[in-house]
Amino acid sequence: MVVDAGLGQFGDLLFESALVIYVFAMILHAVEHALLRRTGAEEESAARVPVAAGATAGTAGMSGTSGTSGLSSEGAAAAADLEDTTEPPAPTRRPRSRAERFGRTGVSLTVLGFALHLAMLVVRGFAAQRVPWGNMYEFTAAISLVAVGAWLVVLRRRPELRRLGAFVLLPVIVLMFLAGTVLYTQTAPVVPALRSYWLAIHVSAAVIASGILLLAGVASVLYLLRRVHENDPSKLTWTSRLPAADVLDRVAYRATAIAFPIWTFAVITGAIWAEAAWGRYWGWDPKETTAFIAWIVYACYLHARSTAGWRGPRAAAVNVVGFAVMIFNLFFVNLVVTGLHSYAGVG
Amino acid sequence: MTSTLQAPPGEAGPPPSRPSRARQALALARNTWRGLTSMRTALILLFLLAVAALPGALLPQRTPSPNAVDDYLTQNPTLGPVFDDLGLFDVFATPWFAAIYLLLFVSLIGCLVPRSFEHVRGLRAEPVSVPRSLARLPHHARSTSGDDPDAVVASARKRLRGWKVAVRSEPGGVRTLSAEKGALREVGNLVFHLSLVALLGGIAVGKLFGYEGQVIVMADGSEFCNAGIYAYDSFRPGLQVDGTGLDPFCMVVDDFRATFRPDGQPDSFDAAVRYQDTDAVERGDTAWAPHDLAVNDPLRVDGERVYLLGHGYAPRFTVTFPNGEQRVGLIQWRPVDQATLLSEGATKIDPPGVTDEAERRRSQLAITGLFAPTSSGGGLVTSVFPALNDPEVAVDVLRGDLGLDSGRAQSIFEVDRNMVEQGRLVRVARENVKPGGEIALDNGTRIRFDGVENWVSLQVSHDPAQTAVLIAAIALLGGLTLSLTVRRRRFWVRASPAEPSTTGGRTVVSLGGLARTDRAGYGEEFGRLAAELAPPHPDAGEQGRERPDPDVPAQDEREDDDGR
Ligand code: HEM
Repeated sequence: MVVDAGLGQFGDLLFESALVIYVFAMILHAVEHALLRRTGAEEESAARVPVAAGATAGTAGMSGTSGTSGLSSEGAAAAADLEDTTEPPAPTRRPRSRAERFGRTGVSLTVLGFALHLAMLVVRGFAAQRVPWGNMYEFTAAISLVAVGAWLVVLRRRPELRRLGAFVLLPVIVLMFLAGTVLYTQTAPVVPALRSYWLAIHVSAAVIASGILLLAGVASVLYLLRRVHENDPSKLTWTSRLPAADVLDRVAYRATAIAFPIWTFAVITGAIWAEAAWGRYWGWDPKETTAFIAWIVYACYLHARSTAGWRGPRAAAVNVVGFAVMIFNLFFVNLVVTGLHSYAGVG
Repeated sequence: MTSTLQAPPGEAGPPPSRPSRARQALALARNTWRGLTSMRTALILLFLLAVAALPGALLPQRTPSPNAVDDYLTQNPTLGPVFDDLGLFDVFATPWFAAIYLLLFVSLIGCLVPRSFEHVRGLRAEPVSVPRSLARLPHHARSTSGDDPDAVVASARKRLRGWKVAVRSEPGGVRTLSAEKGALREVGNLVFHLSLVALLGGIAVGKLFGYEGQVIVMADGSEFCNAGIYAYDSFRPGLQVDGTGLDPFCMVVDDFRATFRPDGQPDSFDAAVRYQDTDAVERGDTAWAPHDLAVNDPLRVDGERVYLLGHGYAPRFTVTFPNGEQRVGLIQWRPVDQATLLSEGATKIDPPGVTDEAERRRSQLAITGLFAPTSSGGGLVTSVFPALNDPEVAVDVLRGDLGLDSGRAQSIFEVDRNMVEQGRLVRVARENVKPGGEIALDNGTRIRFDGVENWVSLQVSHDPAQTAVLIAAIALLGGLTLSLTVRRRRFWVRASPAEPSTTGGRTVVSLGGLARTDRAGYGEEFGRLAAELAPPHPDAGEQGRERPDPDVPAQDEREDDDGR
């Protein structure tokens, strides 16, 4: 097993560049978000007239921006209601506002970061001559890559969700920062127990599911915040610039509905691998246990979505819990608990 | 759909009149059953299951790691025993955990069986008739056609191949068509839930009729036969396994090879074994089938799997007694440091030809201490590398009473400390020796360190239901994928003869669509269908009809209409 150290270092360079570019992209999206808010406030003080809900909806451009104190809560709620069936109105009428320019640049940078990020994993794989998720550093990097990739897919299909950019990139950046500092390991081959094609199958599935679930988790958190605001427009006014709660809820649901079967597949292939490697398909190893808990929590989420009285915020809260369990599984179980999965190779 | 399965809350109270006891009991039973099989209960039980499993992740568990539990108990003398009483170190075997999943599965069956019947009935039923006002539906479109209503409906029918279709007539020469698609979603949902039941059943059978045994075998041509519990160092039988009637296959471990990377990380483990399956053993064959036993690659023989779990070293000592008689001591020592395979152990030897018990208890020998596969050298021997590059033992030789007859169980890796403390087992030498080296004792006994053998730790597992569990898991995944990807949707056409004043055609075509689940994408499909079945007529302008219903965007559906 040859390990190409030079190539490995090049991979690290790519990783750092991708991280820095994501940070810039996040800043641009944050500026976009702030500008949207400012324009909202300006327009509101300019208008000053307490418009009835219907009228607000008519001037679609402003309805979404007026969630602040000036409007009655019904107005805001009605506007939000309308938004959930129509496309969220463009932030302002002016074509290519400054906010939009910032947002678009943010997206371009995200794409660039994604390309470097992808290149990093490819290089890393070539350097170690195996799939590039054999330790926690690579694993975390791969999850972040999937999360960004999933985000770009969402953006392509629903460009109006662009204003979520900063919120999606924030957890990605935190994960990558932890990966690059705490979890960093040099390129190396994996121990014999991991040398199996199941590494490629089982771990890829886990990585893809985790990345998509990250997106779902972010959407559910934002949904909950936005709901607080929709119920009481004086609270969390910054969320008035987010897409309507219903839109966020649907993003979360769809991401989870895609990721859940993939996660199920990851758990099943894990069991198949365990049968070959450890002598039993299931043994309540800490990692297995936590994967099971996460699976059950996501099953709860899907159930809650079809249970009267549990749709909305409760289901979203379950989804957030689900993601918390995934994160717990990634960090706590790998780093603190010792089990059969303790090959994380942190050091 | 689901509403019929959900007990409305607050329905459990007894009726106001005074019914007979039996009827009261019946009502109570019915309400309990309804409550148990409601979605809300299922949700709560699922959540409880997740919460109940939490200690299994947070605390060490007896099943995979008994030593960690002992450590935890010594470190937490107050809280530990309380946790222990609650079963928190063996969560998955506790009655309360079982209670939760059994209730959940009762609820599951109670919910899913009626739902299956309902679904089968639904499959046979005709698609529902066309709503009066199609324009109220989330997806709708309207156009005119030059064909007559019959032709319009016929072409729609052709286009909707694969949909379940019903054609009806309404007064005034109006023809309608109702179409439905996506019944597979419900099938997927049922398959998924029923597979869960099958999965649990398979796991239970495995727990009842399976077993797991572990044994250490010297990799020097030693033989192991699956003849009974006694052949194992440790054995975990299923509840219905008494250790008789195991498949008596046999195997011989000829050799073991481990390779390591320069930094000491293991690179590969291989054991060269030969085996005879049960048939061959019973026929008395002499031929053995060779097999290379490696990590990730168990030997599957008869209904059993043999795994290579671990390995270690066994130093071989030859003791030459003053009378010239020799005894060989060869027993596994256990690794104390997995990274360097520094090992410890105690090789115990009975003097030959001593018949007097008292004399024997004065002259038993134990060679105990550390073994380094690659010695650091120097006075304080430790290991610097896990491979056998420069082996050395650092041992004490003890003589006296090993306490083997005391009736107390003793570890094969240690001498009995009590004997040492009572002065009945006394150290007579302490030396570091390399292979070929000798230790001479005061009475003329010589102990030679001959060399090192490998031992392997094997696990034999038997689970008759394993394949069934795998099949259930695959069905589960298939069902889940179906149920989360298939959309249930309806499509309606109403073709009415046009008023003479209508421009553009003889028939007014109205279309309507409804997605019955909140999956995305029906808008696009509806748009495509509408463009084909009710194309914008020529004088409607160049824009055509990309979006049949501008007030509803193509991407999204409202929440499903199920269950409300
Ligand atoms: C072992 C426990 C259970 C697990 C892991 C589980 C998991 C799931 C999952 C992941 C889904 C979403 C997939 C889909 O829509 O088909 C689902 C849906 C569903 N489950 Fe369960 N479930 C369990 C028990 C139950 C029980 C006890 C009931 C009945 C009370 C039930 C009734 C349903 C129904 C009706 C749906 C379909 C909801 C819809 O139409 O969208 N499940 N379940």
